[in-house]
Amino acid sequence: MLGLNAKDFRLLLLVTILVVFAPVFLNPFPVDSAMAQFNAGYPDLMQRFVIFGIFAIGFNILFGLTGYLSFGHAAFLGTGSYAAVWMLKLLTINVLPAILVSTIVAGLFALLIGFVSLRRSGIYFSILTLAFAQMAFALAASVLTSLTGGETGLQTALSDPRILDGAAAVAGNIPAPSLFGYEMRATTTMRFGDWAFTLNLGYYLAGAFMLAAFYLSIRITRSPFGMMLRAIKSNQQRLNYTGLNTKPYMLACFVISGMYAGLAGGLMAAMDPLAGAERMFWTASGEVVVMTILGGVGTLIGPVLGAGLIKYMENIVSKINEATLHSWFAFLPDGMEDAVVALIYPFIGKGWNLTLGIVFMLVVIFLPGGLVQGGQKIAGLFRRKKSAEASTKAQTPAE
Amino acid sequence: MGILEIKNVGKRFGGLQALSDVNLSVAEGSVHAIIGPNGAGKSTLLNCLVGKLIPDTGSVTFEGQSVLGRKPYEINQMGISRVFQTPEIFGDLSVMENMMIPCFAKRDGAFELNAYGSMMKDKEIIERAEHMLDDMNMADKRDMHAASMSRGDKRRLEIGMCLAQEPRLLLLDEPTAGMARADTNNTIDLLKHISATRPITIAIIEHDMHVVFSLAERITVLAQGTPLVEDTPDNIKGHPKVREAYLGESSGH
Repeated sequence: MLGLNAKDFRLLLLVTILVVFAPVFLNPFPVDSAMAQFNAGYPDLMQRFVIFGIFAIGFNILFGLTGYLSFGHAAFLGTGSYAAVWMLKLLTINVLPAILVSTIVAGLFALLIGFVSLRRSGIYFSILTLAFAQMAFALAASVLTSLTGGETGLQTALSDPRILDGAAAVAGNIPAPSLFGYEMRATTTMRFGDWAFTLNLGYYLAGAFMLAAFYLSIRITRSPFGMMLRAIKSNQQRLNYTGLNTKPYMLACFVISGMYAGLAGGLMAAMDPLAGAERMFWTASGEVVVMTILGGVGTLIGPVLGAGLIKYMENIVSKINEATLHSWFAFLPDGMEDAVVALIYPFIGKGWNLTLGIVFMLVVIFLPGGLVQGGQKIAGLFRRKKSAEASTKAQTPAE
Repeated sequence: MGILEIKNVGKRFGGLQALSDVNLSVAEGSVHAIIGPNGAGKSTLLNCLVGKLIPDTGSVTFEGQSVLGRKPYEINQMGISRVFQTPEIFGDLSVMENMMIPCFAKRDGAFELNAYGSMMKDKEIIERAEHMLDDMNMADKRDMHAASMSRGDKRRLEIGMCLAQEPRLLLLDEPTAGMARADTNNTIDLLKHISATRPITIAIIEHDMHVVFSLAERITVLAQGTPLVEDTPDNIKGHPKVREAYLGESSGH
């Protein structure tokens, strides 16, 4: 189906179902219950899930297939965002041209950085990409301020020309990014008893792009091009002596990966027409590395899971405060309650990074294949229980 | 005029003259061995042929075209394939994928951006790769992880991958180094079979005299970076200069 084998098609179907029903899956708790703060089904967060999913899928095409660790991928995300906001300012408030242009601009930027960085491999490549990204950050933050808005960032304004639909702006209001008149922030809330599910247009647009990006990443992985990329990771020398020029393969891969990041950046700007230099900061590049490793390097679905987990923790774990903890452990005797709360407190709220660090360490040590490997192990346990004779069969490699 | 002509090749590393004035002609269709003691310059010479090193002086031509200054992949596309001392294969890929890559390289050239087509639906490549695996008696290992095979099988796969490109010249760098006797004999038989059934020239660098004398039709002895003598195996065996240089015997005895 769709040019995929049965297994990949099932995976695509699964991800499609997850994306379409995410507003339901992510809001499992009734609105007024104590657990409601763990609900993640609000538009802003769901948009981040899929947008960072795209970013991580693209990063994984480079890192997962070829083993080249780029430490400057946020530069393409930032470039994409700036390009998209400029399109929203100059051309039209419709998000489609903005998203398209952001992808192309990030691709061109990746071509430039890749051309230089790919002269080296291993740690030198990582450092070169990091250096370029930090240069891009410095340029955006304090040099090209007329282009990027400097520290305050770039945003849409009432005075923007918008040559295609400038006249359509409602007097006195900055128009919100929209798709043929339907605003990205358009939201309907569906209520079922105590449960409420939020359906947001921006999320579904970003989700559709993520599904397309995911589908494309499966096609790339299964293509001859994808096989060459895996061959580069496996044995670059043999590939050279097999008459294949690894340079254009690497450059094409780097550009594709950069375009994914640009698409993610463009979508971010389309959801909220604001681009700041901090999107290019090296921590943003590090985040996508962590997402990919956490989910499972080189697997198809891993980066999406990793992006989801990190964005969930960043937004939900960080919301838990001391009072919440006290209410959870109220059943304990007073002294013990305080002790338990004091013990857990550093790992919540602003300390969510600490929790993430521990989770990351545990995954890297015990599940080098990431969450996907964890899922396979659990699935393997169930299978073994079902039929003991099947256990002799070799496990299939991670997908 | 041989298929491979090496003329006056010299290469210096700092104070060490690794090769000096090497002249060598490999006849088309022959099995030509280059032997010599450690440090004789065998590997340097090979690296000059495949584009890894560029000699300081002299010329190397393959089928009348110079190979000097070309990148390894370009030289490979000219029709020269190389087998390494330790088998160089794609360990993370399946045996079948290993075999498909040279088939793609042969058909599509040094670069082909096919990021959307399905690899497993390319009938032409699959048939060709399966045919090559059959030829190498490896059809049963088709879906194995290449890194998990024995050294002998890795060598067999590597040679098969080279042949899948239908090279006119196959260079082998100590193909049986570190192999068990049985694997060595299998490799010798395989190379004999290849030489007998294909229009291919084989140049082999080897330490193991058993391998050299079972395979070679011509032998060049290299000593201290320069060819000492070139002759048939029978003549080489008894040649006093060779015994002196290679076996460390003094010619006086």
